[in-house]
Amino acid sequence: MGGYSPRMQEAAKVVERTRARRLKEVHARLSPDEKQELLRKFHPDYKPDAQRELAVGSNKGSRMPNELVDVLESQSRIDPAAFDLTQVDREVDVLVIGGGGAGSSAALVAHASGAKVLQVTKLRLGDANTMMAQGGIQAADKANDSPVLHYLDVLGGGGYVNKPDLVKALVLDAPRVIRWLEELGTMFNKYPDGTMETIHGGGTCRMRMHFAQDYTGAEIMRTLRDEVRNQGIEVIEFLPATELLLDSSGACAGALLYNMENQRYMVVRAKAVVLATGGFGRLHVSGFETTNHYGATADGLVMAYRAGAQLIFLDATQFHPTGVAFPEQLVGQLVTEKVRGLGAQLVNAEGEQFVYPLETRDAVSSAIIRECLERGRGFATVTGRQGVWLDSPMIDVIGGKGTVEKQLPAMFRQYGRFDINMAVEPILIYPTLHYQNGGVEINDQGETAVRNLFAAGEVSGGVHGRNRLMGNSLLDILVFGRRAGAAAAARAGGSQPGSLSLAHVDRYNGEIEATGVQGRFRSPILLPQYARKVGSSA
Amino acid sequence: MAETQSARERQLTLLDVLARKPEAAAPSKAAPDEGPAGIVEINIMGKRYEVPEGLTIMKAMEYSGYSFVRGCGCRGGFCGACATVYRMPGDYRLKVGLACQTVVEDGMYLTQIPFYPANKAVYDVAETPPTLGSLLVNYPELARCLGCNTCTKVCPQDLQVMEFMAAAMRGDIARVAVMSFDCLMCGLCASRCPAETVQYNISILARRLYGRHIAPPAKHLADRLTELDRGDYVAEVDGLTGAPTAEIKKLYDARDIEEEAD
Ligand SMILES: Cc1cc2nc3c(=O)[nH]c(=O)nc-3n(C[C@H](O)[C@H](O)[C@H](O)COP(=O)(O)OP(=O)(O)OC[C@H]3O[C@@H](n4cnc5c(N)ncnc54)[C@H](O)[C@@H]3O)c2cc1C
Ligand code: FES
Repeated sequence: MGGYSPRMQEAAKVVERTRARRLKEVHARLSPDEKQELLRKFHPDYKPDAQRELAVGSNKGSRMPNELVDVLESQSRIDPAAFDLTQVDREVDVLVIGGGGAGSSAALVAHASGAKVLQVTKLRLGDANTMMAQGGIQAADKANDSPVLHYLDVLGGGGYVNKPDLVKALVLDAPRVIRWLEELGTMFNKYPDGTMETIHGGGTCRMRMHFAQDYTGAEIMRTLRDEVRNQGIEVIEFLPATELLLDSSGACAGALLYNMENQRYMVVRAKAVVLATGGFGRLHVSGFETTNHYGATADGLVMAYRAGAQLIFLDATQFHPTGVAFPEQLVGQLVTEKVRGLGAQLVNAEGEQFVYPLETRDAVSSAIIRECLERGRGFATVTGRQGVWLDSPMIDVIGGKGTVEKQLPAMFRQYGRFDINMAVEPILIYPTLHYQNGGVEINDQGETAVRNLFAAGEVSGGVHGRNRLMGNSLLDILVFGRRAGAAAAARAGGSQPGSLSLAHVDRYNGEIEATGVQGRFRSPILLPQYARKVGSSA
Repeated sequence: MAETQSARERQLTLLDVLARKPEAAAPSKAAPDEGPAGIVEINIMGKRYEVPEGLTIMKAMEYSGYSFVRGCGCRGGFCGACATVYRMPGDYRLKVGLACQTVVEDGMYLTQIPFYPANKAVYDVAETPPTLGSLLVNYPELARCLGCNTCTKVCPQDLQVMEFMAAAMRGDIARVAVMSFDCLMCGLCASRCPAETVQYNISILARRLYGRHIAPPAKHLADRLTELDRGDYVAEVDGLTGAPTAEIKKLYDARDIEEEAD
């Protein structure tokens, strides 16, 4: 095939030669001790200089990735003194910040509860991590499965530190969420009698991964977006929040929004706010490439933290084991776990398996890093990137010719654009920064430590403990998006925001000055800076 | 790539056939050989820049100093924010691609279409039957389709857009739903449609009608909801939320793992 150089084709042949034998081999699973050892030695979170202690705010002393601490220890991008907050531009019941799955489901449910909703987002509605999810969404809705087993899987995957009440909400609401999507007309893969097709994901004991080809997140997102528009909910795009606004009692009472196209600010007063700004992949923790969308810059963490919310489990970052390592144009992008779910093994340059493919993500990522960096059994591309092989052609061998193209059309198309036929040739992968396991701490109604401030989705933390399993995030954003939307609408019924204030931002700025840490940025950063500085600009 | 090109070739219209063939040897996309990367020259909205070969259009624009606000969403080929039209020298024809997925070629003349004003109907999916009538009530302009095939030719996902528009005109909702499934709603089809139809909005209506009314509801799901409505599982889960970690670990390690069915 044209996509691989002759040297890569040679390397791929090694994989092909061992395939028939490997088809019959199942790699041993890690014992709990082996897994701990592997993580300790190779997981990027454990690298001694990857994280540091936060010097300001209520989580002072907590360890987090340097890149996150950098934005948290920065001064606000706005000067509080420059705003007259008695001039309120918009007055609503519920302000939803974020245009992904969590924000859209919160907006829909708050609207259905009778609240006047305004949804604002940084890019377009649906330009979000939700749109990119491929693999699927979990729910225990088959006869051989139960929410109890789902609960155990979530806990085991998360390192047994997940917040139990959140996990309970997750697993018990899951079937309801799937039903809601079904009623909205989401096209899940189904058998002719309506039975959902389901498969395993890493760390599941039952096949409970529902999917819509490998466009699961896109299918969910575009359905929700269509419904938001059908419901006439007001959405303003390219209008990110830059700070939350509090009232004199310290309760959340709105946000300061920034129109990125005309550089004007807008003051919104709201009786309740739902923060659904997603994750932090674009901070490129430890220098890793990322699968995340352009707007995943931790804005919500920064704003909520300044307002007094608690952060939890942010020292645990999820690296997805299979990010693209070649072609260079796609580097860092996700190769969905479903590829392994359908039978593809991970294979080193010698054509041998080195880990059971569906161990939890942290373990598989660490095993790949070990294979490449310690054992030297990775393959290095022309640009010097290391990777191991994901033996995707096995899928067609197991499932019959055409399975890859049918089950993984998005992946197949992406590689096809670069002349790589993943149904015939193995693909080269390396771990990539994927998911923010922790976030703003919430209760089972989605409320944070700041009254009237709700958070849902990837910006929040607790439900997945230290490690999220595939398919539980799409679930999480809908379970807690809906809960937060309902709770925010209910709260709006009874509350009357007082006068608006940015005093918390002043205080936080002051604290940064006092500790003497030199913020590297002004935050939230809103968008990553990828433009190359060219020539001499003033 | 060979597959998609031949698919495109099959869609040649008379106009294309009459037209002079473009450069036979278009530069290969992926720089497969391992030599050092060269430099290509591109025109971004009429300005000339030199960029390393092998970059995507998106990265080439950033390399040239552009910072995106619009025109960049997922950066991974899923959101349709980065629809781009371009031309190659000596070829009058417009080509299209997703900026995040298309590699720059020497001489490319490009611009993005970050927004396109499109007609979107408002409907209640539950109350809308999956029929031709429903499509026409919501999008009467569907009937204006001229069958010109421009939509198919501009689709960066290589979907058979005109064919599923034809299916829509026959009221074959299921076919529209399945054929349009990989649509990113980037808007390129609508931007070129002489009948001013919005193919991607018509097809999402069809997909939602299919998902809601044609695909049978999952019985196992309804059964589980009946159980949950009765309050089943709550006590068992509550038992776990209070249990010490050691006990949860024991239960976790004792789970039996469902075998993949053949
Ligand atoms: C490539 C990929 C594949 C994945 N696959 C799966 C999978 O198969 N299964 C699964 O369960 N999970 C998967 N995930 C994870 C899951 O998709 C995400 O965690 C989840 O969709 C996050 O939803 P969200 O609504 O919280 O955030 P997002 O969907 O990211 O939405 C956040 C929104 O907020 C906006 N925003 C950001 N900052 C601001 C601001 N300051 N003001 C206003 N708006 C702002 C963003 O632009 C965005 O629109 C995947 C993630 C990625 C990236
Ligand atoms: S940026 Fe989303 S498709 Fe290109």
